[in-house]
Amino acid sequence: MQPEQTQSRQIHWQKTRFLTFVILLVWFVFSCIVPWFADDLNAYSFLGFQLGYYFLVQGSLAIFVALIVLHNIGQNGIDDQHGSGQ
Amino acid sequence: MQNRELKTSGKSFIDNLGKIYGIYTVGFLCFFLLMATFEQMGAGPQFIGIMFLLFTIFIYAAIGWLSRTTHVDAYYVAGREVPPLYNGMATAADWMSGASFVALAGGIYFGGYPYLGFVIGWTGGYVLVNALLAPYLRKVGCYTVPDFIGTRYGGNLARFFAVVILVVASFTYVTAQINATGTIASRALGIPFGVGVWFGLLGILLCSMLGGMRGVTWTQVAQYIVLIIAYLVPVIWMSNVQGFGIIPHFGYGEAASRIADLEVQYGLLPAAGEAPVGGVRVLTTPHFDPQGGESAWKFVTLAICMMAGTASLPHILMRYFTTPSVRSARLSVGYSLFFIFLLYFTAPALATLTKLQLLDPSLPTALIGQSFDKVANLEWVQNWTNVGMLAVVDHNGDGILQLNEFFMRPDIVVLATPEIAGLPYVISGLVAAGGMAAAMSTADGLLLAIANALSHDLYYKIIDPKADTKVRLAVARVLLIVIGAAAAFIASLKLTGILGAVAWAFCFACSGLFFPLVLGIWWKRANRAGAIAGMIAGFVAGSWYLYMVYTGTMQPWFGIDHLRFGIIGMPVSLVAMVVVSLATKAPDAETQAMVDEIRDPTGQTILGQTH
Repeated sequence: MQPEQTQSRQIHWQKTRFLTFVILLVWFVFSCIVPWFADDLNAYSFLGFQLGYYFLVQGSLAIFVALIVLHNIGQNGIDDQHGSGQ
Repeated sequence: MQNRELKTSGKSFIDNLGKIYGIYTVGFLCFFLLMATFEQMGAGPQFIGIMFLLFTIFIYAAIGWLSRTTHVDAYYVAGREVPPLYNGMATAADWMSGASFVALAGGIYFGGYPYLGFVIGWTGGYVLVNALLAPYLRKVGCYTVPDFIGTRYGGNLARFFAVVILVVASFTYVTAQINATGTIASRALGIPFGVGVWFGLLGILLCSMLGGMRGVTWTQVAQYIVLIIAYLVPVIWMSNVQGFGIIPHFGYGEAASRIADLEVQYGLLPAAGEAPVGGVRVLTTPHFDPQGGESAWKFVTLAICMMAGTASLPHILMRYFTTPSVRSARLSVGYSLFFIFLLYFTAPALATLTKLQLLDPSLPTALIGQSFDKVANLEWVQNWTNVGMLAVVDHNGDGILQLNEFFMRPDIVVLATPEIAGLPYVISGLVAAGGMAAAMSTADGLLLAIANALSHDLYYKIIDPKADTKVRLAVARVLLIVIGAAAAFIASLKLTGILGAVAWAFCFACSGLFFPLVLGIWWKRANRAGAIAGMIAGFVAGSWYLYMVYTGTMQPWFGIDHLRFGIIGMPVSLVAMVVVSLATKAPDAETQAMVDEIRDPTGQTILGQTH
């Protein structure tokens, strides 16, 4: 393998790792932090729902779907930049 | 028409998938209308139930027959030609078990806030699958999950332990699914449960035995279509009949608040007296009342176990081996979660609206607070009472049904909703077909995961590496039958409840496999000794804790009960794996280069197309 190829691969992996870290951070907030404070969030309301309840039955779920979509868009961008597109 | 296209198995079938499944969906809806017409003309519920079950199972079996194959890569990974959208549907069907379909809404109905941990866990897990595993495993090009462990860490010992954990986790899960098929078949066909279990197994094997992964993929897509229609139609219909809005999902916030008020008015008291039959219970948990503190801790620990378990369960991971490329594997995880989301965000709406209908005295469907004689003589109440799923007892003798005198089995909430809302029986038939589709598709995926691990990893890779294709596929098929029969036998003994067994499967999987899988990709320094230590230590620690807590030998630590023993297994696995890896020699240069290769989405798979 050529040296510049190896270097491109390293940068590709660094970016991939960073993106994954950011995605997992958001995931952690909506899968663990928000349910933990559901009681406090219930003080607010959204679309007629108590906010804490809303997150557990719809909000977090929809955010998980969106997270995967965003992750894939970001990852495709990184792959394309490094000539790894398919 | 379908016949010819499937047989050629080449481009024409894949290109025409939209048309084929479009025709199939329209055909199913026509069948539904036909049954509705029959009901109008006076056909009995029994007849409609039988027709729904037999018709759908016949279709699945036909697809299974048309997908038969003699190629190893078609049998193990559907030839790696499944487009992401369809793989997403197949994964969703694979994922949503009888428990999700039949018991999820009932669980939310009775369980309140603590139970919602399952909802978050079973959806959030896909973020982990997508971020940490699916694309990388696709790049490896393995046939099974132990195949990855064996390739990355080398050596038969690591592969062997991965097979053991896979079998334990999947087998725990599959008995619950066959149990569910037996329950539905026995109720709809009017046969004993023991016979229903074997009938269910027969349907399952028809889908998977001849075509392996290819057969299972195309039947699972068909099963997803049936199950999602069967879940959404009753809820939306009920919502329209009862005036909760055209699409109920966005407007039931007030209904949830109203339930909270009614709970205060009636009081959530323990049962007023003995229940006349076992398994039924009264509503004692508030609809949504997170307390923070210990209940928040319990919620989060359960969610973590279910999420990590999702990312370690082989029947899910292996679905992403069937896509044409790494990028399409990722795309298909997105589709999977979307299709799962459709059901999971409907279940709480169903639970809320059904509960409100029973509780709210201003609605015509209300039971609580009504005259006892009127309720006891309702037809649907009598039907469910006769089969021991429901009970009303006037314990205080005041002639009024109180909230703590209304007993119900949690898993009938979905099945009884059409009757509670006064919908025609054809809807109940549809729901039965949907529940059957959900349980069958999951059982198929699990049986195949077990049989493939045993035939590919244990038999071919460890016992007889020179075996030729014919023998390998014969072994795979025989194992499928043997394991299916063993699971059906255990299911017919009715040892565990559906939900408990499912949660255990997730905990077994995440205790033993989560870190060896994830670190295999994300930590180059991880080596064979570390992986073996991680698998054994995590699995043994988790199982030991389950045994001690479940048998009552030991008090649970920090409220970690038998449903979330993965919280004990996972850290033990992580520590063992890291310590042992660091204490032993780093993997050789070749393995390290392979890890770099896995992280790069371009180029050839690590393992050959057929291996």
